[in-house]
Amino acid sequence: MLSLFVPLVVFGLLALVPQLSVDVPRLFDGPLDTPGTLQILALCLLFGGVAMSYDLLFGYTGLLSFGHALYFALGVYLTAIGLSKWEWSLARTLLVVALIGLIAPLVLGTISLRVGGIAFAMVTLAFAQAGTVIVAKNPDGLTGAEEGVFLNVDPLPEFFVGVFNMKNLYWLALGYAAAVFFIVRWATDSSPGRVWQAIRENELRVQVLGLRPFSYKLMAFVLASFLATAGGVVYAILIGGATPEVASPNLTLSLLIMVVLGGAGLRWGALLGGILYTFLDQRLPALAGSEQVQDLPSIFRTPLSEPLFVLGTLFILLVFFLPGGIAGIGRRGRRRGLRLLDEAVRPEGARGGVVDEAEAQA
Amino acid sequence: MKPLLEVEGLDVFLGGSHVLKGVSFAVAEGGVTALLGRNGVGKTTTLRAIMGLSERRGRVSLDGAELARERTDRIVRRGVGYVPEDRDIFATLTVEENLRLAERNGSARYDLVYDLFPELRERGGQRAGTLSGGQQQMLAISRALLNENRLLLIDEPTKGLAPLLVTEVAKALEKAAEIATVLLVEQNLGVVRRIADQVVVLDVGRVVHAGPAKTFLDDPQLIHRYLGVSGAE
Amino acid sequence: MSTWVLLTITGLGLGAMYFLIASGLSLIYGLMGVLNFAHGAFITVGAYASWYAQGKLDGIGSIPLRFLAAALVGLAVGGAIAILTELVLIRPLYQRHIEQVLVTVGLGLALTALVAGIWTQTQQVYLTPMWLTETTSVFGASIPNDRFVEIGAAVVVLVGILAFFRFTRYGLIVRAGVENRAMVMALGIDVRKAFTLVFLLGGLAAALAGILSGVYYGGIDPARGTHLLIYAFIVVVIGGLGSIVGSAAAAVIVGLMQQYANYYASSGVGDIAVVLLLAAVLLVRPGGLSGAVAAH
Repeated sequence: MLSLFVPLVVFGLLALVPQLSVDVPRLFDGPLDTPGTLQILALCLLFGGVAMSYDLLFGYTGLLSFGHALYFALGVYLTAIGLSKWEWSLARTLLVVALIGLIAPLVLGTISLRVGGIAFAMVTLAFAQAGTVIVAKNPDGLTGAEEGVFLNVDPLPEFFVGVFNMKNLYWLALGYAAAVFFIVRWATDSSPGRVWQAIRENELRVQVLGLRPFSYKLMAFVLASFLATAGGVVYAILIGGATPEVASPNLTLSLLIMVVLGGAGLRWGALLGGILYTFLDQRLPALAGSEQVQDLPSIFRTPLSEPLFVLGTLFILLVFFLPGGIAGIGRRGRRRGLRLLDEAVRPEGARGGVVDEAEAQA
Repeated sequence: MKPLLEVEGLDVFLGGSHVLKGVSFAVAEGGVTALLGRNGVGKTTTLRAIMGLSERRGRVSLDGAELARERTDRIVRRGVGYVPEDRDIFATLTVEENLRLAERNGSARYDLVYDLFPELRERGGQRAGTLSGGQQQMLAISRALLNENRLLLIDEPTKGLAPLLVTEVAKALEKAAEIATVLLVEQNLGVVRRIADQVVVLDVGRVVHAGPAKTFLDDPQLIHRYLGVSGAE
Repeated sequence: MSTWVLLTITGLGLGAMYFLIASGLSLIYGLMGVLNFAHGAFITVGAYASWYAQGKLDGIGSIPLRFLAAALVGLAVGGAIAILTELVLIRPLYQRHIEQVLVTVGLGLALTALVAGIWTQTQQVYLTPMWLTETTSVFGASIPNDRFVEIGAAVVVLVGILAFFRFTRYGLIVRAGVENRAMVMALGIDVRKAFTLVFLLGGLAAALAGILSGVYYGGIDPARGTHLLIYAFIVVVIGGLGSIVGSAAAAVIVGLMQQYANYYASSGVGDIAVVLLLAAVLLVRPGGLSGAVAAH
């Protein structure tokens, strides 16, 4: 019961934030209940949720996918296109997104999971690249290429529209993050969830036990992707449209960083990592514009003005000194979670048969 | 005789299980020591640990030099030759390239190797992956003999070989024993009887018996207890 | 007909650049088990270093001379970054494969962002000798001469790598190491030196690809490296991880396919066709064209 208590309290407290007229200097430009600050917080929570969905795939099941952003982008673009270009009702849009959000990973996952290790990572990368290309090529003017799609807010319920309703959007994002948290937790604690973790540890053993890893992996893949697609819907509503960045390779890499930053395969890890990463990504440009940084000689100023440079460098340091991520601080065997993920980058051509560089079983 | 190799308190964990639990033994200089035991007791793991191919704790010293913290390639350069259980010859390289790769400092004893295994000279340009099992074994042994190694770690060289080939390999091992100290993992007791002076017996990750080979091999009870065979080999 | 010839040679030119990148990736992965996401940054750094040198050399000597000198600078910088990366970031994480991949991801993001920060996302015009922009007539088609240079460069690199494998000791070590890294160590060879060498070679080839891409596209931008990298990854997997010849064959196929499909179907279809090709190859032959599965 305690394990239910803590997250409920945490999310409960987070729900109170829009009521707090509290100033947090340096971290935010305005008090917590202002729209600007709330939007940033909402984004942090949203990506915390998406990061958790990626953790399900990568941290728990050991599937290193480089194309997770594709499903997120799917949610974003379908929502925007459905509401704006095709002028559907919200209900219809959500239904279609949900359907595609299940079918797409089912099909693509079935193909991708034919191989494992690096080959799997590359296939997912390739599929995501196809998505990037489709978005850029702007078929029928649907995706808007560089400009993206501006969201038509008419079909949306009133309380999600307008700057003054930002707190509702915040709660939407919070709701999403909480939902993902509990779903991922329920899933990983369930018996398929245990199989996922066993697969991460040693797929060969799972096969020896008479289970078929493929169907479990597919399950994890579809669930994780669906959760990401749902996040995409929230994102489109939150920022009011779709832009090509969500379909870029950088986003999946960012998700990877979020998960490792927070701690792969750990309860709170991905959520923490997602929140922290998004916060830094949002606020670093503002920091770069601050007086202290502007006064620095350009050799320092320029790198610091680029959020990805700072994040990339911090990530490198993280991998060296804190590979277990933030949630992994103090845990025995700092590297434990990551060591199990070594399996994900094994050279593996054919199905099954992981070549174990470590030793033969005694 | 002074021990060339001393292993003390060797501990190895593999994937969570404690495979070697404080293995200790010594290998005298010159001669052949056979490492015996049932399947899965840790014989291969012991050799690999000495070679630095797995994480290990404890002491491993070669003629006084401490090996337990060293990288594999440095261990080998101290004069250790290794013939792994699966031979691990490079299939995409030719026979000649396999040997050439093993050269360490120009003083390679090709004469010795080609004397023992003339076939290797004939098949120099052949891709090693197309050799028969027996030929691959000869190649693997030759690699270890090519340099003036003081210690040879040989893991089940007769495994899977036809009886005629077993004899050939045994002859090669005799030759090897003349020029180096050998620590040999071997299931074939006939071969052991033929060339080993000492035996070290492992059971579930520990040394349970060490002493002269003859004494052990002549005792069917010992053989049965630790190797689980009737002794009629 | 002449259109087809133009498409084919352009496709080969594109494939040539893919090969230059893929060869390094394939070797690095095959030998070291490292998926080098920083490779895209090597491309970008090579391109920008040479472009920067071009600017600095402005007015000195003839254009072709400047171009060559700047190219050398680009290669040198690319190679240096590659060596540094291996020594400082990769080597200390020996045998910690997932961390090695993660570190290259971070480096790739950081370096690309740094370049974008210094010179913005705008495409920079790349100095190109006149001859390269002129065309030569082949079977009635007007082929821009730079295509020949790209193809030539790829062929030279391919032959060079194969010769390196065949005739040098380090080449032997790399070939053996791709098959079985641990056994190479067990023969007394410090395989880590080969790692650095392979990273250097990969970095040089990537920088060269960056430079040639400047000519091919007429300009450079920070996202170029990442963009080319993705297709190079696809080429590597289709060709078979760890196989140079496989990468070469796959690069040709991918380059041609992209060109043909983008033209005969419609723009963008080629890129998607490549992805489908990858999926198809993996379904039928998971080890890629060469079937080479690097066994470590």
